[in-house]
Amino acid sequence: MLDSLRSNERVQPIVGLFIGIGFGFLLQKGGVTRYDVIVGQLLLEDFTVFKVMASAVITGMIGVHLLRSLGMVRLHPKPGSWGSSALGGLVFGAGFGLLGYCPGTIAGAVGQGSVDALVGGVGGILFGAGIFAEIYPKLEETVLKRGEFGDATFPEILGANCWMVVIPAVLILLALLFWIEEMGL
Amino acid sequence: MLEYLKMDLWSPYLVGVGIGVLNLFAFLLSDKPIGCSTAYSRTSGMIERVFRGSKVDEKAYYRKFEPVVDWEVMLVAGIVLGSFLSSAISGEFRPELVPALWADQFGPDPVTRIAAAFVGGVLLGLGARWAGGCTSGHGISGTLQLAASSWLAVICFFLGGVATAMILFGAGV
Repeated sequence: MLDSLRSNERVQPIVGLFIGIGFGFLLQKGGVTRYDVIVGQLLLEDFTVFKVMASAVITGMIGVHLLRSLGMVRLHPKPGSWGSSALGGLVFGAGFGLLGYCPGTIAGAVGQGSVDALVGGVGGILFGAGIFAEIYPKLEETVLKRGEFGDATFPEILGANCWMVVIPAVLILLALLFWIEEMGL
Repeated sequence: MLEYLKMDLWSPYLVGVGIGVLNLFAFLLSDKPIGCSTAYSRTSGMIERVFRGSKVDEKAYYRKFEPVVDWEVMLVAGIVLGSFLSSAISGEFRPELVPALWADQFGPDPVTRIAAAFVGGVLLGLGARWAGGCTSGHGISGTLQLAASSWLAVICFFLGGVATAMILFGAGV
């Protein structure tokens, strides 16, 4: 049944739309569609963004590995390299700090009426994505493949059962959340 | 129930768990991790096609990510709608030109803010495709799959973001 739903090209965009509606609703209720909250996180003064992301990752990590053990889902890890993940990540970070939204939360900011997000930010992201498509062949030859490590996951790299990584990762994230609450952040 | 929907804010933990569950639904129903940034690539390609015609489709990057309305474009449209619903129900929907924190540091001029948002957006859009994902695709969906690329990317997103914000706001100097 899941396979026929997944390959139904008419229904899939509607599934995407509804997951998006839920995502946008939650992001807005979490306060993370606000510039002040996101930049507060980057200034290490307000840890709302971290709390939302860490609890999403804990929930999803346990859930996805459970469902995978039951043969119900497949993983789709992205390939990476130092030239793309690290360098591209830093370029993204510089934009993140200046814009104060990311590609997902900016859509939420637009929905709640943030004009700077709609007029400045979205236009900029579209322009930046266009620049990337333009320079992609050059980047592909030069930096993107520097230090490639493929689409490996940590359990694969360590040659360990996935729960040997999931459990410590979840415990570390939980410990960080407790510590942040203890510090009153 | 209605009381909850009308609240301005929910606990960040409740919101996070909800987003984690949505990710599971994306894997189950669509065999996809949630991500947002390719939607901007595809949309950018569709806009460029209006001006330059079908030549756009020949670009190597658009052969990989065809400029069409796909699942992820619908997801991003859904985010706009979902956030509108949430803010409209709670009465938090309001047009805002300049965020308060920005105005405190750089003044209330909307042109300055929008120009900065545009430049930041260019770097964000460029960097997201460069790194192959954003705060959702790498930051949540990728890290929860324990992908090495995603953990490296998300650490760099926040290193770059924290450094830039600290410089802009003169914190810790």
